[in-house]
Amino acid sequence: MSELSELYQQVILDHNKKPRNFHKLENANRKADGYNPLCGDQLSVYLHVDGDQVQDVSFEGSGCAISKASASMMTQAVKGKTKEEAEALFKEFHRMATGELDEESEPNHLGKLTIFAGVRDFPARVKCATLSWHTMYAALNNEMKASTE
Amino acid sequence: MATSVEELIPIKPKPSEAWNVERIRKDFPVLSQTVNGKPLIYLDNAASSQVPTMVIERGAQYLQHEHSNIHRGVHYLSMKATTAYEGAREKVKRFINARDAKECIFVRGATEGINLVMHGYGRKFIGAGDEIIISAMEHHANIVPWQMLCEEKGAKLRVIPMNDAGELLMDDYDSLLNDKTKLVAVGHVSNALGTVNPIKEIIESAHKYGVPVLIDGAQMAPHGLIDVQDLDADFYAFSGHKMFAPTGSGVLYGKARLLESMNPFQGGGDMIKSVTFEKTTYADLPNKMEAGTPAIASQIGLGAAIDYLNIIGREKAAGYERELLRYATERLSAIEGVRIVGTAREKLSVLSFTIENVHPHDIGTILDQQGIAVRAGHHCAQPVMQHFKIPATARASFAFYNTKQEVDVLAEAIEKVIEVFS
Repeated sequence: MSELSELYQQVILDHNKKPRNFHKLENANRKADGYNPLCGDQLSVYLHVDGDQVQDVSFEGSGCAISKASASMMTQAVKGKTKEEAEALFKEFHRMATGELDEESEPNHLGKLTIFAGVRDFPARVKCATLSWHTMYAALNNEMKASTE
Repeated sequence: MATSVEELIPIKPKPSEAWNVERIRKDFPVLSQTVNGKPLIYLDNAASSQVPTMVIERGAQYLQHEHSNIHRGVHYLSMKATTAYEGAREKVKRFINARDAKECIFVRGATEGINLVMHGYGRKFIGAGDEIIISAMEHHANIVPWQMLCEEKGAKLRVIPMNDAGELLMDDYDSLLNDKTKLVAVGHVSNALGTVNPIKEIIESAHKYGVPVLIDGAQMAPHGLIDVQDLDADFYAFSGHKMFAPTGSGVLYGKARLLESMNPFQGGGDMIKSVTFEKTTYADLPNKMEAGTPAIASQIGLGAAIDYLNIIGREKAAGYERELLRYATERLSAIEGVRIVGTAREKLSVLSFTIENVHPHDIGTILDQQGIAVRAGHHCAQPVMQHFKIPATARASFAFYNTKQEVDVLAEAIEKVIEVFS
């Protein structure tokens, strides 16, 4: 199934099967709920923010492989970052997923996250990849709810 | 006059002939294309079905030679357009065996038909403390309008429950009916499960209480025979775009006596006898319910789609679809990890399923890469998903132009999905 390799890469399938930081965060001081009304995916992102730094991050919820793997990798990417760095990463990820950022020609901090670049060829699935990022961004800014709409 | 159907399709299949699906497929230009490098396998017919050449050509003929506004011009084109539009209404009348063509109101689709009844009948005759009965497997189009009405009037929504096969519990229905019941609104066929509901029985029970019944027939119209007189349905709504006609076409059938007693749905041109600033007198049926310029080309297309169904033979097409559903059910059930959602004894054309540990949206995307169009999601029937405690299903829905070979490709693609996610 070579034509699918762009979207369903092994890393994504692995994170879907064994999502990292997939639990409620007991010492969280920020939390937001994300909802994609189009497909019903919902997840919660928990943050433990200390001063300017994201000390810990986790998520819970249900969704498709793309949204689950994206959430899992988001938690890994954001952990330990400053608030400013996390927000910058959200913006880069969002621009990549919607096809505004060409990760090969434009300098960026996405690293492993470029694995999700393929979603831009699947317009119906872009929101699956960005849901957890929207939710993390909302939590970071003390908003309780995020929506992909 | 319109080109007769005989001119467009010269060879009429004899009733005794076997179903020649390859010949039928040639009538649908959309089916001959490739998607993602694979031959298109279109299995999303319950959402919207494809349009045969005969319907496309009828629409084109209207736009090229007859386009004009209806019911008002004394000029040639307006009369041509009016004749074609009202001709389509006559075809609809025969299609559902209505007593009179004026009982067939042209609407944008089943959703608009149901909303017409909500506004025209519900807001006039349903009040505080009254009850409306719907079923557990309704499409949102047959839930939300009634919720809106209940909220506005202080009426109460009652729901006929279903079992885990996706069959309505008829004893529970009988006990829901009472003197406060003012309307029953039920789907003929469930778009999420494929269940064919015993609507004749439902209507009969409601009529014992003098309660009118609205049938959402969107999923039945493309697949079976409808006889509103035999059913004794009070209202029957369906969409053109699910039965091989363009979007924007659809029908609300209503018994004349009821439609006459109702408020108009919308106000505007074409629905009046006379207007002064003091008072407006409404037109007779069907115009009373059709304010403004309708989707003339689409409704003429619906008339042509009915001609097409009559030519190919509705009963024969339905028989072929039954066999295809049986085959698909058998093929998919045999795959380990696949669960069929909706296993009612009486089913039509819809096969909803889930795959263990794979989200339906991932199924949908992977199948699309194989050129297979299915629907993945809640199918505008979230309460059905809640009943089965699942977020969504993947749904293959069939029409008479689908083939067993396509079902085989679907089954193989599902096996690949399982392999990718294993």
